[in-house]
Amino acid sequence: MAHKGLPILELINLCKTYELKGHRAVDALKAVHLQLYPGECLGIVGESGSGKSTLARCVTHLERVTSGQIQYRQQDITRLNGKALRYQRKQIQMVFQEPSAIFNPRMKVGAFIREPLINYKVMKGQQAEQEVLRLLERVGMSAATADKYPHELSGGEQQRAVIARAIGVEPDIILFDEATSALDVSIQQQILDLLVELRKETGISSIFISHDLAVVQQISDRIAVMYQGEVVEVVESSQLTSSANHPYTRSLMASVLSVREMKHKMQERDEKLEQERDQEQELDEKQDQEQVEVFQESLSG
Amino acid sequence: MEPLLSVNHLSVTYKGNSLALRDLSFSMNKGEIIGIVGESGSGKSTLIRALLGLLPEGGQYTGGVISFQEKVLLRESQSDWGGVRGKRIAMVFQDSGSYLNPIRSIGSQYIEAICTHFTVAKKAAYTLAVNMLADMGLDDPERIMRSYPSQLSGGMKQRTAIAMAVTMEPELLLADEPTSSLDVTTQNEVMNRLSELRSRQGTGMIIVTHNIAVAAHMADRIGVMRDGTLVEMGDTFRVISDPQHEYTRKLLSAVPELEGNVYGS
Repeated sequence: MAHKGLPILELINLCKTYELKGHRAVDALKAVHLQLYPGECLGIVGESGSGKSTLARCVTHLERVTSGQIQYRQQDITRLNGKALRYQRKQIQMVFQEPSAIFNPRMKVGAFIREPLINYKVMKGQQAEQEVLRLLERVGMSAATADKYPHELSGGEQQRAVIARAIGVEPDIILFDEATSALDVSIQQQILDLLVELRKETGISSIFISHDLAVVQQISDRIAVMYQGEVVEVVESSQLTSSANHPYTRSLMASVLSVREMKHKMQERDEKLEQERDQEQELDEKQDQEQVEVFQESLSG
Repeated sequence: MEPLLSVNHLSVTYKGNSLALRDLSFSMNKGEIIGIVGESGSGKSTLIRALLGLLPEGGQYTGGVISFQEKVLLRESQSDWGGVRGKRIAMVFQDSGSYLNPIRSIGSQYIEAICTHFTVAKKAAYTLAVNMLADMGLDDPERIMRSYPSQLSGGMKQRTAIAMAVTMEPELLLADEPTSSLDVTTQNEVMNRLSELRSRQGTGMIIVTHNIAVAAHMADRIGVMRDGTLVEMGDTFRVISDPQHEYTRKLLSAVPELEGNVYGS
């Protein structure tokens, strides 16, 4: 995908160091440079300890960066506080891995989705109620869900409700941190389909963080590969298999569990076995023929 | 050949609600790896817990027979897992690593576990434990024996727990999502180690997973579960190349695959 104009979000030389008393300092982010362009979905892939979640927490101001800059629409937002930070938080919404940990168990789903609408004074009262129903429908759930408690929903439905809440305030960017990792693969696919659909409709920019390279490739335009706090490679999703160079990216590609590949391997194995069997049979027939010939010769001789 | 495990008409219910397992039957041979695939609520976890007589609270057998080689484990609600559970049939969970005792070193609990099942000297148990940890692909097993669970990563704890489970050389290993909580590269490592274990010790395995790709990579046969029944069961290649049931097709299509020329040079 061609990059349209100026980035909506730019991370410049971002560093984050955790210093714990009596322990070595840990460099969770080492000089990370990344751009997110309007309407783009940027994928970030890496394993535990690669710094991908620290990155998410820095971008959403849940952590303060140690050094470097975060620019939002060419404005430095690295050290915002007070009202400005509050407004900024509305612009970058976040969806986490474990939906059940996000809900207040005593708050009905409708109230949960309405809360930010009221808090950010997007709308009030009756209008907000209507908006909740519209949002629920938007993420593929019935209006009746608004009256349910979180524990009455399945994991996939909970994640849909979280997404409804995130898109309600019409943010510029949504950041998904392992948003589908806790779900069954079949449910994961439904949520991914929903995200693709939402993006088509709203043109929203997003960052999609996951340990699963195949999932990241499916949903994003570009993929940043993180390893031990560094971005080791950024590739176009469509070019991943042909142009990824870094050995770590290659090892991530190799660890994608593919049914297609397995089928391919098993087919080859079966064909090989069949070939061997055919060859053996040919050999047997040839030997039989030779024996017959020898026998006939001995008769005539 | 006598099957390693056979399950006939097994039914389980929770607190008298609808059945979590419905009249389920299958059998497996020695050294065979079976993958049981299904979504949350399909009853797959209930199945392997039921096989070991470890139903969660409220779970109840309502019928069926489970036999393990010559021994009948369950018949008409009469159950007897004595001498089998933990030794001849072992189990690992998705978060087995978190079942380790946090205030004792790995070494002390590992050696205790070995001495519970075998009459061996502590020193021999230590050597055995170190070898098993190395077999699971863990570097510096001596250091791990000295460590406390909090000093190890999730992947290391999980591999330690799997090592502990297979130390008794069980004939059957029941594994509930054994690799789901691991990093992708570690996941492959653990799957390879489990396959090796089967080649080396002839351990039969039942691996329960929501990801049919995991089953495709490990299992000889795949069983697909839905609403407490096996809707399809067959040879792995047959199931993934020619699925008979609509639900199996759905599970197959949900597996995220890399796009592009994956098999090329």
